[in-house]
Amino acid sequence: MKARRLMFSVHTFLDAFVPLAWAARYTLLVSGLGIALGLVIGVAVCAMRLSGSSLARRAAAVWVSFLRGVPLLVQLLLMFYLLPVVGVDVPPLVAAVVTVGICASAYISEIWRGAIGAMPPGQAEAAQAIGMAPRTIWTRIILPQAVAMSLPALVNELILLVKASSLVSVVGILELTRASQAQAATTFRPLEVYLAAACLYLAINLCLAALGRWLEYRAAI
Amino acid sequence: MALDILQQYGPMLLRGFGVTVFCWLAGTALGMLLGLMLALAVRYGPRWLSWIIRAYVEVIRGTPFLVQLFVLYYGGPLVGLRLDALPAGLLGLTLYGSPYFAEIFRSGFKAVPHGQIEAARAIGMAEPAIALRILLPLALVSALPALVNFSIILTKETVILSIITVPELMYQVQRMSTETFRYLEANAVLALFFWGLVEAISRLGRRLESRVTRHLERA
Repeated sequence: MKARRLMFSVHTFLDAFVPLAWAARYTLLVSGLGIALGLVIGVAVCAMRLSGSSLARRAAAVWVSFLRGVPLLVQLLLMFYLLPVVGVDVPPLVAAVVTVGICASAYISEIWRGAIGAMPPGQAEAAQAIGMAPRTIWTRIILPQAVAMSLPALVNELILLVKASSLVSVVGILELTRASQAQAATTFRPLEVYLAAACLYLAINLCLAALGRWLEYRAAI
Repeated sequence: MALDILQQYGPMLLRGFGVTVFCWLAGTALGMLLGLMLALAVRYGPRWLSWIIRAYVEVIRGTPFLVQLFVLYYGGPLVGLRLDALPAGLLGLTLYGSPYFAEIFRSGFKAVPHGQIEAARAIGMAEPAIALRILLPLALVSALPALVNFSIILTKETVILSIITVPELMYQVQRMSTETFRYLEANAVLALFFWGLVEAISRLGRRLESRVTRHLERA
């Protein structure tokens, strides 16, 4: 009876933070490893997109268009049902991180393509004019500036990944969202528990946004 | 075999597709409307209101859509908000989209040259008329690509509604695949379907943009 009378139990709300914050480390793990993998694959996709071979360019374009056109939830389920069929046996966490990373690679490669495209061509021409080798122009002139320019967008992508990682709860990974489902089921107070989960996501993302602003400020100098 | 499955599950999938399209269109329209109202409130409303709206925007954009749905659908009944899955999903989609649309409209307002508004004031136009006849149309044009882009993002978010049992396409596909054990095929078809849909919508959006710009250049 008591539980029915209380509209909102502050006690349950505060109590939920401890187990949820503990589960949030998987949220951070999935999104952190996801963006790391996305950065690595993103470099390759971006290089293919800008390469001389039209086959590589087209393959990269299809990769980007497919991953941006299909909902992440569908990609996750596709990966989870595909792996056993092709005989790959990996832990669910690895499969989830790989899927999130592959999905992120499409967005990240576009971020880098945009940053490289935004470089004033005069800089590369000037470097060429003073006799720099093309390789040096890339590693010393274009890439450092493009990376600095793309930092805010990459932080933004990381924030998106933190939120997208809530979907890996569907395939059974005990991250923040899945843990709050379990907590809601045992306490019978879904409102408080899910609000606590929302607060944790918000806290993580506000910190990341602050990091993004700081990086933007640093990169502008 | 494949034909059998289609015959058996075709109507169900078709209904799911209908619900998906309905959720997408209604969610986009309502989200856009709410977003526009938020953007107008920030522009014309009192300072305290814009602070509240800013906080709302931060909260919605900082939390996952899935968690928002859980708060609404499973947490709502605790405070007397008892909704069926479909209305809850639609409300969730609207609330989720509105801050993004509000930000798009806000930057659209910013892109309207100030001289246009001053000129309208100079010829004695009333403020509401300026908002309706000058500010909104010009802002809409410059915001069009971003609006199309975000409505495409919303098509993909509709699949998340399946988790709170809204009977949209993803939900029906999951139901079908648990009954036929064809998980991989069903999800592969779903992926191809969304890929095609998103490509088609973005192509339509580009055509719409070029038509609007051409129309403006002629005018």
